Amino acid sequence: MQDDAASLISLHGLERTFYLGDSKVQALRNVDLHISPSEYIAVMGPSGSGKSTLLNMIGLLDRPDAGTYLLEGRDVTTLKPDEQAKVRSERIGFIFQSFHLIPRLTAAANIELPLVLAGVPAAERARRVKQALQEYGLTDRAHHLPNQLSGGQRQRVAIARATILRPAVLLADEPTGNLDRATGEEVVRLLEALNAQGMTLIVVTHDQALGARARRQLRMEDGRIVSDASDVGDVSAAATGSSG
Amino acid sequence: MKALDNLRYAAGSATGHLLRTGLLMLAMSIGVAAVVILTALGDGARRYVIEEFSAIGTNLVIVLPGRSETGGLNPANLITSTPRDLTVDDANSLLRVPGVKRIAPLIIGTTEVNAGGKLREAMMIGTNEDFMHVRQMKLSLGRFLTRDNIGHGSAEVVLGALIREELFGTANPLGKTVRVGDRRLRVVGVLSQGGRGMGMTTDELLIIPVATAQAMLDSNTLFRILVEARSREQIEEVKSGVLKQITQRHDGEEDVTVITQDAVLETFDKILNVLTLGVAGIAAISLAVAGILVMNVMLVSVTQRTAEIGLLKALGATADSVRQLFITEAVLLSVTGGMLGTALGYAGAALLRQIYPAFPAYPPVWAVLAGLGTAIVSGLVFGVMPARRAAELDPITALSKR
Ligand SMILES: Nc1ncnc2c1ncn2[C@@H]1O[C@H](COP(=O)(O)OP(=O)(O)OP(=O)(O)O)[C@@H](O)[C@H]1O
Ligand SMILES: [Mg+2]
Repeated sequence: MQDDAASLISLHGLERTFYLGDSKVQALRNVDLHISPSEYIAVMGPSGSGKSTLLNMIGLLDRPDAGTYLLEGRDVTTLKPDEQAKVRSERIGFIFQSFHLIPRLTAAANIELPLVLAGVPAAERARRVKQALQEYGLTDRAHHLPNQLSGGQRQRVAIARATILRPAVLLADEPTGNLDRATGEEVVRLLEALNAQGMTLIVVTHDQALGARARRQLRMEDGRIVSDASDVGDVSAAATGSSG
Repeated sequence: MKALDNLRYAAGSATGHLLRTGLLMLAMSIGVAAVVILTALGDGARRYVIEEFSAIGTNLVIVLPGRSETGGLNPANLITSTPRDLTVDDANSLLRVPGVKRIAPLIIGTTEVNAGGKLREAMMIGTNEDFMHVRQMKLSLGRFLTRDNIGHGSAEVVLGALIREELFGTANPLGKTVRVGDRRLRVVGVLSQGGRGMGMTTDELLIIPVATAQAMLDSNTLFRILVEARSREQIEEVKSGVLKQITQRHDGEEDVTVITQDAVLETFDKILNVLTLGVAGIAAISLAVAGILVMNVMLVSVTQRTAEIGLLKALGATADSVRQLFITEAVLLSVTGGMLGTALGYAGAALLRQIYPAFPAYPPVWAVLAGLGTAIVSGLVFGVMPARRAAELDPITALSKR
């Protein structure tokens, strides 16, 4: 498929089913999706439609029951756990609704964590963390613990942490869900700035206004992508993901 | 992930969860300290008894009148059942037995002692000049008994430290006369204070020549003969030689019992080893309880931290780095807890020794190692096992666990 070569992300017939006792929930049904580098995508849809599940698949936090996932032309679903860890470390940044900061670590230490896990030397780490703190306006909060920070500051720490290794894909699951409107706007502008620098941005949101800012909008219902609309024509070539 | 970062993260995690770390330290230190203190008590009791017995003297073979039940059936016993007296001549004949270095006959009685109008009861021992060496006694004043070649007994007495103090106070008693029973004896020496052995102090003793004592008590038979072998190796040889010699002198009748101090010590050692084992059993139970406590704290804490493991994996940590983080933390906690417990245990044992100076409450090394080992192993096993399992989970499964 020539699509796959040009795509950053290609999903083919992705399936994910959860079993809870006797009941069976199909969170993803035969999902096909192609995403080009530097796209800005909003994923919307009712609660339980499979948005988070889709994002977790793309972020390699979860594994599909069927289908293939090519990241930069490479099938990542069949990789060994350690190879997947390397891909998560180098190519993917994840931002959560509830921030997921480690409470006992300072803002700086939280941001530093991916560098530590990747084995980056200490001097290099200090330099990059300092720069990130500056970029996100957190320099004077560097040594504060997460519970000493506001919601917006926490999410900025989380974004700094997700992007400190310059990933190709930035995944955000309701990043403004726990923030007020003004703070949410601020966070979204940060994400958009990163997208403008070339990072592919995929945001799951319930907020219509926020979703409308993306150049491409996916709508999910009951585990399927039911609509895939692009505001701007020049990315439509890549936006051929069919609805299942 | 680098080793130093690993260590820093693990240490941060340990100090960052003070309640959990505190509980763990508590469980571990109580367990280990209990083992150390209890075994110190048990082993201390064993040492105490052995030291008491060793104070009697070394390489001792003891002859007592009367046949022990374990002596076997001897036809001579059927004819006459009254044992012959154990005499001073019997004792002196033992000097000819190969391997014998010294002998000390022993006759014992209670009597009254009286000087300058002061009167008291005292235990009197009749013996010879070698008794001092056999029993390893020390003098604070004067000399001990002298050799009594004729066997008539001289009118001499050596006083125990307390008797001297009660009769003479701080005045020099040497050369003074005391009345013992119906005799007037000259004081020739005073024993050092604090002599011990068989739970009996020498401070309240009177020591006089054996012939003198026999005359006073109007008795020919000895209470004991103490025989000192030349070396530890010769004890058995001396024992059988002594038995043979006395049997021969008693017309072939085996009417004495010969015991060695070694045999007595061995028996006590066995009993006390059982005691120490019993105490160790109690200690093991306390350790098992501590182990279960450690297990629960560890299990709960790892479960609580499954989300953290998920996050680390989402941030790109491999299952291996996650495992290493948790192993490092478990090692840190276990070793610190174990050390703390050991220190606490040693402090407790030291306190015991402070309170009862005579009681050598030192914990045996094996017990300390066993205590430490069990604590560290249980901490490791129950810290690492659940973390390993969590590290295998898909990141999202771990992350969404609360
Ligand atoms: N770990 C799980 N176990 C069982 N069922 C699950 C699990 N995760 C998700 N599901 C189910 O899969 C479906 C899709 O869930 P998902 O979280 O993707 O929805 P969502 O679109 O993100 O919803 P929301 O907008 O509420 O976040 C839901 O019905 C959900 O109950
Ligand atoms: Mg969701």
